[in-house]
Amino acid sequence: MSQTDFITVWPLTFLVIWSCALLLVDLAIPKDRKGLTALLAALGLALTLSFTLMQIGQAETGFSGMVVLDGFSIFVNGLLLVSGLLGIALAYGYVKRMGLERGEYYTLLLFSVTGMMLMAQAADLIIVFLALELLSIPLYVLAAFARPRAESEEAGLKYFLLGAFATGFVVYGTALVFGATGSTNLMTIVQRAAPGSPNLLLLSIGAALILVGFGFKVAAVPFHMWTPDVYQGAPSAVTAFMSSGAKIAGFAALLRVFATAFPSIAVDMTAILWALAALTMILGNVIAIAQSNIKRLLAYSSIAHAGYILMAFVPYGNPDVAPVSIAAGLFYLVAYAITNFGAWGVVIALEKSEGRGLEIGDYAGLARKHPVLAAAMTVFMLSLIGLPPTLGLVGKIYLFRAVIDGGFYGLAIIGVLTSLISAYYYLRVVVVMYMRDGEPETERESFLDFTTIATAVATVVISLVPQFLFAWAYSATLGL
Amino acid sequence: MNFFLQPLTLLTFFPLVGVLILFFIPREQKDTIRWIALIVSLITFGLSLWVLAMFNRADPNLQLVARYNWITVADWNIQYFLGVDGLSILLVLLTSFLTPISILSTWTAVEERVKDFMIFFLLLEIGMMGVFLAQDLFLFYIFWEFTLVPMYFLIGIWGGPRRIYAAIKFFLYTMAGSILMLLAILWLGINGGTFSVPDLLGADIDPATQMWLFLAFAAAFAIKVPMWPLHSWLPDAHVEAPTAGSVILAGVMLKLGTYGFLRFNIPLFPEASVQAAPWIALLATIGIIYGAAVSYAQGDVKKLVAYSSVSHLGFVMLGLFALNSQGVQGAILQMINHGLSTGALFLLVGMIYEQTHTRELNVYGGLWKITPVFGTIMLIAALSSMGLPGLNGFVGEFTILLGAFGSQAINNPWFAGVSALGVIMAAVYILFMFQKMFLGPQGEVVEEAEHHGRGLRDLNWREIAIMVPILILIFWIGLYPRPFFELMAPAVDQLVGSISGVAIR
Repeated sequence: MSQTDFITVWPLTFLVIWSCALLLVDLAIPKDRKGLTALLAALGLALTLSFTLMQIGQAETGFSGMVVLDGFSIFVNGLLLVSGLLGIALAYGYVKRMGLERGEYYTLLLFSVTGMMLMAQAADLIIVFLALELLSIPLYVLAAFARPRAESEEAGLKYFLLGAFATGFVVYGTALVFGATGSTNLMTIVQRAAPGSPNLLLLSIGAALILVGFGFKVAAVPFHMWTPDVYQGAPSAVTAFMSSGAKIAGFAALLRVFATAFPSIAVDMTAILWALAALTMILGNVIAIAQSNIKRLLAYSSIAHAGYILMAFVPYGNPDVAPVSIAAGLFYLVAYAITNFGAWGVVIALEKSEGRGLEIGDYAGLARKHPVLAAAMTVFMLSLIGLPPTLGLVGKIYLFRAVIDGGFYGLAIIGVLTSLISAYYYLRVVVVMYMRDGEPETERESFLDFTTIATAVATVVISLVPQFLFAWAYSATLGL
Repeated sequence: MNFFLQPLTLLTFFPLVGVLILFFIPREQKDTIRWIALIVSLITFGLSLWVLAMFNRADPNLQLVARYNWITVADWNIQYFLGVDGLSILLVLLTSFLTPISILSTWTAVEERVKDFMIFFLLLEIGMMGVFLAQDLFLFYIFWEFTLVPMYFLIGIWGGPRRIYAAIKFFLYTMAGSILMLLAILWLGINGGTFSVPDLLGADIDPATQMWLFLAFAAAFAIKVPMWPLHSWLPDAHVEAPTAGSVILAGVMLKLGTYGFLRFNIPLFPEASVQAAPWIALLATIGIIYGAAVSYAQGDVKKLVAYSSVSHLGFVMLGLFALNSQGVQGAILQMINHGLSTGALFLLVGMIYEQTHTRELNVYGGLWKITPVFGTIMLIAALSSMGLPGLNGFVGEFTILLGAFGSQAINNPWFAGVSALGVIMAAVYILFMFQKMFLGPQGEVVEEAEHHGRGLRDLNWREIAIMVPILILIFWIGLYPRPFFELMAPAVDQLVGSISGVAIR
């Protein structure tokens, strides 16, 4: 291991060591003071975040081209670490209140974050696979963390079975890609898969299978079946982290793998991605209309947003549009992550034990009782619809721009029309909060309140001064 | 100059000061909240007069420009760009004029959640002002969509019995149009290399694409106007909205649509505009006749006034797409007129509703004897709305019809001819309403009110104070419209000149 190898992954290495150490330290922390574990875990993430930010501007490959450090990975890692921090902030009081407070919660979360970070840096399909497992397995456990509640166990098992199935697709796809090109390294694949080279069909099939595998992870239709049940059954704090973190990592890997390794088969892939994006947007949004449980509603919303982000991929093969397309995808991931964490924060504030307080009807009267919380939720709903003055609108505009740049007007129209559909069900939450009377009970915890308000403020403020985020997303190009 | 001290920035965002103050006022202190909102909106009106004082009437171009780079990364070129010219100055004044009046009208009508109401109302003013002043498509879109949110809450929380349905319908309907416009805006911004409207003027876009873009913008604006057959959200929203909401909705928000046609469709897509003119004129004419006919059939006063908007806005559209100086000037003036007269009618209907809690025409009658001041003011507003010579409505409609009659773009005098029937039909439904309410035998409401032991009272000083400024303008525009035309003439002539160049080519 040379020095360069180490430089490429040192924040990641630090986090792995910290997580392992925390596992041991946790043993010494008494049962009723597990909050300390949470704070240590957050400290680890914060330190890793500062190390990651120190890397800005560097671009290296390490471990014989297996991992890469570039603007893209730094951007994604930064976002993942912030997600981890937000995940801990949301969980801190929640696990206590729900009687789930065990030290493993935070270490599992940290391990999952390391997997996600490795995913963002993977430059070889083998590493992609490794990272996928590293991020998924802790999530399976976390989903079942509320055992012996049957819903949570079901969520864990379902997520595990379908996740394992999905990983199988990725592995099989990787094998076919290896068969077609003789390599698993993204750079080598692209060299050996120049247009006109043999085995392009095999490569296409392999790429499609990898897409299927990641389609499961990011909850794209038709691979979304697990999402509502798992999101509903898993503890809300886990769902909040899972729905943002796993999506960010999944999309980061997809963007890198496709943009780096598979531009030569873009014609075939574009058609598949087009259909996948359109289906995901339509189905996610249409089914969400029928939901009365807020967790399921957000689950379908999460599916729908996977569709929007997939739109950014469609023109990936066009070298003129690819930079915009990647920047748009990254920008939207930030917008989605911030908004999504905020919305889940409100859900957690209203959730009571035994899964009560999760129906949309339970939000009646929130505007009178807790105007700040209701206002924050309104901001998140507007952001998810894509209305000003929120980050969601700016993100969506960026996405549509990539699609229009690529000339896919039909997809853009599907995108805006499904946004219109989504307005209906997001607004219903607002209607209930502001226009119906009720006596909602909420939990006020300082971390939770802080997270909710901070994300709401960020959603509005960043949308008004988005220049720096635009610039950063744009410079977060692929180093390979 | 300092960013926040630009006159137009100050004018647009001043209501935000009120919002911030209101955040810190306890919700129980309703009167304090009302006064703060009123004073802030009056200062905003003062700022708009200051802008008017600085406005150079002879200059056809954008004035008092505030322009900063906002998002300039890679090939994004988005600016914070505000400016005012002859096309928008009157609408800016109308907005800042009607807002304090509406706030004053809620003094006793809104008792529930006053704080939230005033916050939403001031936010709405920011949005509307921004739409009229924004000269960058991106900025414009943000203001445009933003107006939906506070209005949605105003209808949904303080509206009538079917308020939630009406609010959602209003929201989804208007959003449906604007998202198509968003795609067109992005296309223009990407292919034109900039989002600022003046820089995009004269861009060479091939006719077919131009037509698509025209239609995408038109979708947003036609729903907002609303043009027949896209008007079905309007009666619900207007009827269910609280009085102040209806006033702003009819007085200002419908003009966002007609203004959109004027500011974006016509100058950005001149060839498509010329091509589409006869079709728009057809829809406008149908709207005029249809709106008038349906108004006549209403048994609910507020609905009657609401449908009359469809008819009146038809005139505005007809004037705009006459694409000549008279038509466009008449249209702009008619936007103001409609804001004043329909605003006045909604206010008056709201005032009587506060006492009687019914809007059914059948139960009214003979109010003139009991409430003469109310009757007189209502009569003036009604006559203004139907276009009696000497009052404001006549000047606007007459100019529009002259423009449409001689229009090369529409090229068919029949549209003007049939539309003129609309003026007569307006007289029918307006006088019908007036007669039902004020003349004839005393209606049930009178007995009902006496039965409850208080009887109907005439307007009080606050209510008269609300109406007087509107009445002054109604007479002023009716008798001496020249200053108003002078404000807009240079800008309109420049716009029309650029179109006629296209038509010849």
